[in-house]
Order: sequence, then structure tokens, then C-alpha cells
Amino acid sequence: MGAGHAHVLYRESDSPVHRLPPEVKIAAMVAFTVAVVATPREAIWAFGAYALLVAAVAALARVNARWLLVRSTIELPFVLFAFALPFLGAGERVDLLGLSLSADGLYGAWNIIAKGTLGVWASLLLAATTTTRDLIVGLDRLRCPQILTQIATFMLRYLDVLVGEARRMRVARISRGDDPRFLWQLRGFAAGVGALFLRAFERGERVYLAMLSRGYTGRMPAVWQGGGAATTGQWLVAATVPVLAGTVAATAAVLT
Amino acid sequence: MIRGVQPTAPSLDVRGVRYAYPDGHLALHGVDLTVARGERVALLGPNGAGKTTLVLHLNGILTATEGSIAVGGLTVGPDRSTLAEIRRRVGIVFQDPDDQLFLPTVAEDVAFGPANLGLRGAELAARVDEALAAVGMSEHRDRAPHHLSFGQRRRVAVATVLAMRPEILVLDEPSSNLDPAARRELAVILRGLPVTLLMVTHDLPYAFELCDRSVILDGGRIVADGPTPEILGDEPLLARHRLELPYPFSPTLPPAPVRE
Repeated sequence: MGAGHAHVLYRESDSPVHRLPPEVKIAAMVAFTVAVVATPREAIWAFGAYALLVAAVAALARVNARWLLVRSTIELPFVLFAFALPFLGAGERVDLLGLSLSADGLYGAWNIIAKGTLGVWASLLLAATTTTRDLIVGLDRLRCPQILTQIATFMLRYLDVLVGEARRMRVARISRGDDPRFLWQLRGFAAGVGALFLRAFERGERVYLAMLSRGYTGRMPAVWQGGGAATTGQWLVAATVPVLAGTVAATAAVLT
Repeated sequence: MIRGVQPTAPSLDVRGVRYAYPDGHLALHGVDLTVARGERVALLGPNGAGKTTLVLHLNGILTATEGSIAVGGLTVGPDRSTLAEIRRRVGIVFQDPDDQLFLPTVAEDVAFGPANLGLRGAELAARVDEALAAVGMSEHRDRAPHHLSFGQRRRVAVATVLAMRPEILVLDEPSSNLDPAARRELAVILRGLPVTLLMVTHDLPYAFELCDRSVILDGGRIVADGPTPEILGDEPLLARHRLELPYPFSPTLPPAPVRE
């Protein structure tokens, strides 16, 4: 299922992590992230333990560290604020490399960066080992509301169609001398976005009509969901990571 | 192949259908059309003649203001069970396969119709295999629709309605946007299908190739109905309804032998 998609993050492989059913991986990723977030920020050793866990899973999944690090730059815009904290924070100051920094602010920055990075790593590992299609199947098996999984399915199917339409419209615009290099030349682009929205809207209507014509009654029939759901063994295997992370979090909470 | 149909009832019986859009624009002015079982009919007409409007009436998506439609003896009505059966009997292949194929894989999409009919498991898988085999797309069952060529997508779109084992197959502009080879391949497939066929098209040579009978719809009325060679041979009739044969084509000549 889901073969042949152009996946941005998916890394084709046949590792034990790839073979796990998507729902157990999603559950493990969420549980791991919750454990990380619940860890007190002073327990620096705990975050080292989490990083080791991530490294172990990455090794099992044959995802190399370079890819993981390059891809995790996605979080940079979100944690930029954290770099300002040591300068802006109140409370007692410490001297570091000739700078007077707020201790509280340092902890705050560490907290955001460490937890954010670990969360991004866990998500990247999930995305690297699970196709988008399987992610939706997994969410569906985790009893995610069908309306959400349906929307995701439609997005998966029509994203390429929409991108194709946008590209053709852009080529047609540029062919007629549009050259939107400056902000005040964006009029054509903005009109294009409007036209694209209308097209998407009309397509939605036509898709719905075509679905009705094939007997759609408002609920997607459960077609192939029966087979391939996770076994207890697979749940237990995948549970090792969040259980270890949970133990680390509990220990850290007790110690600090 | 077709169940639950009296052998005498025509596949399609449209009587005096009138339809006005909510804005008051009258799209159909009393359409009468009967298609016998196994017949292949081309529905010709210029843009805006009401062809697509008529097609959407055939499976009850639009409801006629006046008149009645029966498919294989079953009258199109507003209640759910009738509509479900009507939509099984009328298989509409829409013009843009991207509108029809909305699921991530070909097999899932072909399974959508029969699954709505309540089929599951092995029976459903058999239906999907049968429909994909009928259009020669079996080896692509697990691919994503957007990775197929346009011609392949159109063939899968035909399979998605074949999987419901329709009484009548309705094709909206089946040859549009196809390259010549894909157009010919689709013709071969369509000719081999043992179903009643209603083909909406401007592609007159395609109608000539596939349909023995043609009707012209213009201004919301059926204005001509007869054997395809006769209709296509009547140049003034075609001209009155904004239809034209492509330049070298002549329906009176037998097809020239092809040399390769």
C-alpha cells in the first residue's frame, strides 16, 4: 500500500523499525515525546539518556546521523527565541565566556532547545520509517476521527494535483511577461492564489459528485483495514522506547 | 454480468425530462431517449447543450423538474435504497480522471464503489481484480493515481465504475486529452466491454468508431437520433448544431487500410 509516492522524509529501507505497523510507531513517538516534555529541566543527564535512545532507534532504522541533524534544522525558526533568553532572563547572573548571563534564562533556553530537538528527532524518525499513506492508516487504526484521516487522505492525493496547477498557472503568467521580483509586483501572484483556491473549490465539488455517483453515503467504507493491524508482540517491542523514556523521566523527577 | 434486471426493460429510458437550474436557467426542455440493452449510443452536442446536465440526471444527482428516468426498468426516485441501486446500475466516468480517482492507490479507488455496495474481503478483491483486468491495468493496482499517465488514469477511472458491474456505462468526453495511441487503446477496451454504452462527446470520429447510433442534444432537446453514419453524413444538420467533422474525415468512405 502507498507504494511509489514522492516522499520528502521517507527513507526507503527494510529495517525492523520500518517493518513495525504505523500505529505502534505513532503511539511510541507520542509517548516518548510526552516523557521528554515531562522531565524537569535541571536533570541534564536525563536528556543525554533520551538522546542515546534516539540514537539507538536511528541506528536500528538505518537512518544516519547526518540526515537527522540536517533535517532537524527545521526547528531553528521555532527555537530562535530561546537564544535570547539567557540575555533577557532575570534573577542571578553567571559569567560565561565573558558574558553576564541569567542562570534562569540559560535553563529556560536549554529546556526549549533540548525538548524541542528530541521531539523533532522522534518525529523525523517516525517520518523516515513510515510512508505518509501508512501514517494515515495508523492514525485511522488508533481511532483518530475519520473526518481528520479523510482530510489527510485527500491532501495526500490532491497536493500534487494542486502543485501542478499552480506551476502551470505560474508558467502561463511568466510567459506573458510577469516577473514578480519585488513586493509591489505580486499582484499577479495574489490573483493566481485566488484562482487556485477557486479551482480547488470547484474540483472538490466535482470529486464529491463523482464519489456520490459511486454510491458514497457520507462514510468511507472500511476497505482493507482488517488485515495488517499490529500484534501484541509488536506493541511490546515498540513500547520499549517509551517505557525506558518514562523510567528516565520518573527517576529524574524523583531525584530533582 | 448484470443481475436483477428484466431482460425486456431498456437499459435507459428517459421520458420528457425537463430541468431548470436554481437560478431559473432552463437546461433541459423535455428530453426523450431510450437506449436498449447492449446498444452503444453517442450523445453529441455543442458546449452548453445540456449534455453533462442530462448525464447527472441519469443517476439521480440532479432531479428532473418534470419527466421520469428509468434504468433497466427501475425508476430513479429520491429514496436512499433506490438511489443506491441506480448508482450501481449507472456507471459514470467523468471527464477529468483526477476528479474520479481520489484515493491514494489505484486498487483502493477501484474498491470504493463496490465497497459502498457492501462488498468486503475476497469478494471485493475479486471485483477489483476483474475490473482492473478489463482495462489492462492489473499490474498498476498498488500505484498512486498521480504517478500514472493520463491515458492510464482514464482507464482506471473506467475500472472504478466497471467494478460496480453497471447496467449502462456513461462516459463524459472519453477521448479528451488523450494522445492518439491512448485514444486507440481506450477504444479497443471500450469495444470489448459487454455493457450498454452512452458516450458523451464532441469527437465525432470516435463516435463513428464506437457507436452505431448517435443522438444530438442541443438547446436542451434531442434534435436528431439515428444511425451514426447517417447523422455524421448530414452536414447541414451538424452545422446547425455547431458540430463539424475534422477535415479529411468522411463517414461515407470505408476506413482506409492502415499501412505501417
